[in-house]
Amino acid sequence: MDFEFSDDQRLLRDGLDRLLKDHYDFDRRKAYVATPEGWSREQWERYAEMGLLALPFAEDDGGLNGGPVDTMLVMEALGGALALEPYFATVVLGGGLVRLGGNAAQRAALVPQIAAGDLLLAFAQAEAQSRYDLADVATTARRDGDGWVLDGAKRAVLHGDTADKLFVTARTAGSRRDRGGIGLFLVDATAAGVSRRGYPTQDGLRAADVTFANVRVDANAVFGDPSDALPLVERVVDAGLAALTAEAVGVMTRAHEITVEYMKVRKQFGVTIGSFQALQHRAVDMLVLVEQARSMAYYATMMSDAADPAERRRAIAAARVQAGKSGRFVGDQTIQLHGGIGMTEECQAGHYYRRLTMLELAFGDTAHHLARLARDGGLAA
Amino acid sequence: MDLRFTPDELRFREEVREFFRTALPADLRTKCLLGQRLSKPEMQRWTRILFDKGWATPAWAPEWGGTGWSAVQQYIFKEELHCAPAPEPISFNVNMIGPVLIAFGTQAQKEHFLPKAARLDYWFCQGFSEPGAGSDLASLRTTAVRDGDDYVINGQKLWTSTAHHADWCFLLVRTDPAAKKQQGITYLLMDMKTPGITVRPIVTIDGHHETNEMFLENVRVPVSNRIGEENKGWDYAKFLLGNERSGIARVGVSKMRVRRARELAARIRVGDGTLADDVHFKERAAAIEVELKALEMTQMRVIAESRHGEHGKPDPKTSILKMKGSELQQAAAELLLEVAGYDGMELDVDFVRGLRAGDDATDWAHAIAPNQYYARHVSIVGGSNEIQRNILAKSVLGL
Repeated sequence: MDFEFSDDQRLLRDGLDRLLKDHYDFDRRKAYVATPEGWSREQWERYAEMGLLALPFAEDDGGLNGGPVDTMLVMEALGGALALEPYFATVVLGGGLVRLGGNAAQRAALVPQIAAGDLLLAFAQAEAQSRYDLADVATTARRDGDGWVLDGAKRAVLHGDTADKLFVTARTAGSRRDRGGIGLFLVDATAAGVSRRGYPTQDGLRAADVTFANVRVDANAVFGDPSDALPLVERVVDAGLAALTAEAVGVMTRAHEITVEYMKVRKQFGVTIGSFQALQHRAVDMLVLVEQARSMAYYATMMSDAADPAERRRAIAAARVQAGKSGRFVGDQTIQLHGGIGMTEECQAGHYYRRLTMLELAFGDTAHHLARLARDGGLAA
Repeated sequence: MDLRFTPDELRFREEVREFFRTALPADLRTKCLLGQRLSKPEMQRWTRILFDKGWATPAWAPEWGGTGWSAVQQYIFKEELHCAPAPEPISFNVNMIGPVLIAFGTQAQKEHFLPKAARLDYWFCQGFSEPGAGSDLASLRTTAVRDGDDYVINGQKLWTSTAHHADWCFLLVRTDPAAKKQQGITYLLMDMKTPGITVRPIVTIDGHHETNEMFLENVRVPVSNRIGEENKGWDYAKFLLGNERSGIARVGVSKMRVRRARELAARIRVGDGTLADDVHFKERAAAIEVELKALEMTQMRVIAESRHGEHGKPDPKTSILKMKGSELQQAAAELLLEVAGYDGMELDVDFVRGLRAGDDATDWAHAIAPNQYYARHVSIVGGSNEIQRNILAKSVLGL
């Protein structure tokens, strides 16, 4: 058991921290949010230059051979800055599907483009009726000669508005909630029959609802087994949930820091509010929950590529429960301890708060994951 | 970073598990499983089994009977001990006076006391708290006045747990009434057979007699039984705080409780199934397990950092382990109480005190409520959770 980061990992973390410090202060972030795309292409190029976009891919495919721990460090740093770029959609989710579902030719075609910052991906998975059930897929894909034709509607596609290509789950066989009969397809976002409605999310990021009407793709669009892609999707989503846990830890850590900083300067009754024991204890309770969440981010990272999918699923669910619980308390108290100013748009506190609420519900909220964990027998081991 | 146990560590776990499986007497295991208290002879029997194996005091310096295990190995050992479930070695001996003697005792003190403490030939109790000195321990008022080669001690101690079993007491006394609070305190070892000591039982809400009040009237303690220097006792007492890293969260205790709750729930019929099938029970158990896993990982982080950091320097995260660990011990005890239902109603003090043998089939619920009551103490002892928050606010947050 070893909790030390390698020298390369420390360099990665320090480099990214510096990059974000230089280019991602609160005012600049606000300006990025206000642009039509809602994030910074310049910053995306900097990520590419730093190698972040190549990080998790195999060297043979044009990547840097990074592992889950590297992704964790990146996501935590991006969380602390409330970064807006589609790193999660493109590199973690899309990249994960390419990495684990793509054949050699598909990887060779896509990885260099992702690494260079020239290709944005998004994962169109959720549907109006599916809520958080990955197997609930009504979108269909029917064979058409060598290719496939897709019909259906997806929603809440993170960064689906600016993506160049969309990964889409679609049913090739079986009925709506069957685990079997789900295929995974990579579709050009501008293909005939694809229509997108982009929108800002509550935390200032972007998403889209996407409709597919008679969208024809060729055989190269298929990733993994077209009749049984759900295990691949679950594996990538679980790795994504580990990454979101790390991002949430980054958000919480910074939210806690700005709160404690504020407690040291804000004066009432002639003294700083940080001198009041009731508030000190609240700040400590936040610290405890941040550290508990950090521990579970480590755990989720470690378990995200576990050999046994059932064990992996339970571990990830557990991490989401802790992250949700911690995020709720830390977010609430960030605003509470700031007082009235924390309710305002001009104060950072609320921006961290909004990001935490959106992070909680991606691919299943706390209640969903707790129910899932309980159903699967808990963590007992 | 690799958070998995190494093959060596996994082999070590197997070795420890096998030892507890074969060496732990069945009657003691049953008592632990049912939540009964052990008598002094039973504790001595078990401690000597550990001692003969060389595992009675793993954390001590190897030249004084330690095993030389890594912090991870020590953690594994404790977890396996809790899950066996085996009796926990007497903390006063193993975690408190042993390390203090090793760090600050004279050669003669170490040679005399350490082997006896390890084998439980001497049972130690702790004479720290007083009626007016609880969380504010440094305000203690029991006095020691020098008279020739002795100190003469007068005062009253409170919460002197297991004083009625103890052969010796490690004691904090005020030797300089004029000095500032934390200064002027001296650390002494007191033979419990010395004239002038009166121990009176305090029965706690779990029906058990574990703790006491202790009156000291002109008790003579030889100066040779002083630890370190006069008026420096506070430093030696503080040395222990935050130094006990590998077991303070008692993750194994809580794990064992949740596991036991799940097993018992499967025996309890509810409607057409059992309580173990109930979705609300399953969610409550899972929610505790999540927090326990997080605490376990936090514990591992503290252990890992202690390997790299300055040895012996307290890590403030230890306060997190103490707070969260005590809350989860309590939550797990409450889960068991919920499982027991009506079966846990009957008060059977003799059973709880371990005065009669129990049977898992008929007595499984008898100690559950008392142990849940008793679990309230874990957030009070060793610096209450509110004191831990004060420590963290100051040392980590700079408030």
